[in-house]
Amino acid sequence: MADPEPMHVDVVAADRQVWEGDAVNIIIRTTEGDIGILPGHMPIFANLVPCAARIITDDGKQEVIAVDGGYVAVDATGRVSILAQYASRSDEISREGAQHDVDEISRMMDRNEFTEDDVHRLHLAQAQLLAARHIDEQQH
Amino acid sequence: MASNLRQLRDRRDSVTTTKKITRAMELIASSRVPKAQRKVRSAAPYADELKRAISAVATHSPEDHPLTRPVTDPVRSGVLVITADRGLAGAYSSNAIKAAEQLTASLKDRQEVKVYLCGRKGIQYYEFRERPVEHTWSGFSDAPSYQNAREIADRLIADFLTPADQGGLDEIHLVYTHFHSMLVQQPEVVRLLPLEVVDAPEDESSEGEEIFHEYQFEPDAASVLDNLLPLYVANRIHFVLLQSAASELANRQRAMKSATDNAEQLIETLSRQANQARQAAITQEITEIVGGSAALTDSTPEE
Repeated sequence: MADPEPMHVDVVAADRQVWEGDAVNIIIRTTEGDIGILPGHMPIFANLVPCAARIITDDGKQEVIAVDGGYVAVDATGRVSILAQYASRSDEISREGAQHDVDEISRMMDRNEFTEDDVHRLHLAQAQLLAARHIDEQQH
Repeated sequence: MASNLRQLRDRRDSVTTTKKITRAMELIASSRVPKAQRKVRSAAPYADELKRAISAVATHSPEDHPLTRPVTDPVRSGVLVITADRGLAGAYSSNAIKAAEQLTASLKDRQEVKVYLCGRKGIQYYEFRERPVEHTWSGFSDAPSYQNAREIADRLIADFLTPADQGGLDEIHLVYTHFHSMLVQQPEVVRLLPLEVVDAPEDESSEGEEIFHEYQFEPDAASVLDNLLPLYVANRIHFVLLQSAASELANRQRAMKSATDNAEQLIETLSRQANQARQAAITQEITEIVGGSAALTDSTPEE
């Protein structure tokens, strides 16, 4: 019943294309909660929250991409696009860097001196940590 | 005469040093232009994706959004001028400023104009003339990041959304330098807000309606649009910053190239003058010696 053709996925960030390829399953967190997208999904347009998007490629590998929000769109032809201002593949993530950011910004928030930008960075760093953790789970 | 020769040589040496510097700057600029162009290109997928999404959502979204709502009778406009941080880029900054001046002059008849500046050159220009400036950004003109664009966008959107009677803006224009090619870069004026959703291919056709109904929005169309439009504004600004950066570098390369050429010419002329002076000095010396010895032989004939 389900369309066996893998879906074509584009992940773009503001300054570059982060990932592109064919996938058979995408798990991503929208403002309403996690959704899974399989080939043949109905056209949808959903806002995202900062999260680690998991993409199962057609050769069975898992690609984890940290995004800082944006949206995911599936169009009538089955093309999926994930767009975020900042996005990074799991292999680009520096776990120490992300942890450092989280710690530092959390401290700043405790002292109550933070900007909207910091909140944003915190979310991104948390998403990156999550992405890194997913990769670890996969390897063990 | 000897001092003249030394002066000429000193000048030639100093021009040679200047030439080395301008040559180095030319090479640096020319190596950075392709990088800046690459940045423009790699930002393109995002812009395309966003444009497609917005024309899909906006043209079919039932309610109009404050960022797209046209203002019939604007009382206050904002102008964002993008200039360079550093000089030595030919007329790059002054061309952008000139275009901005024209725009503000034409807007001033009917409405109040608030100026936002990006780049130190523009800031200097306005500060020197003691003109009021709403807000300035600087320090990233030749390698702008998305973060910079985001900062500017946040501020502009906030000012745009402030009601006009509280000092908010009804329209925002951008003045930037468009990179047509390595040789041609032109200052351009575009309206940033309210947004014009340009390409609406399926607009009003029955097909378009169908496409709209096919989409399921989560949580709903209005909040998806709410999410998208600020991204689009930031993307527009990112785009013009990248374009301006590429133009700045290309302009700098050209300016430095002609400076190097000038220096070469100057060195040639100075060398020639120095050689002439040297030759003249030698000739004079010989004349003096010959004259002296002739005078000696003349004065000692009787023995």
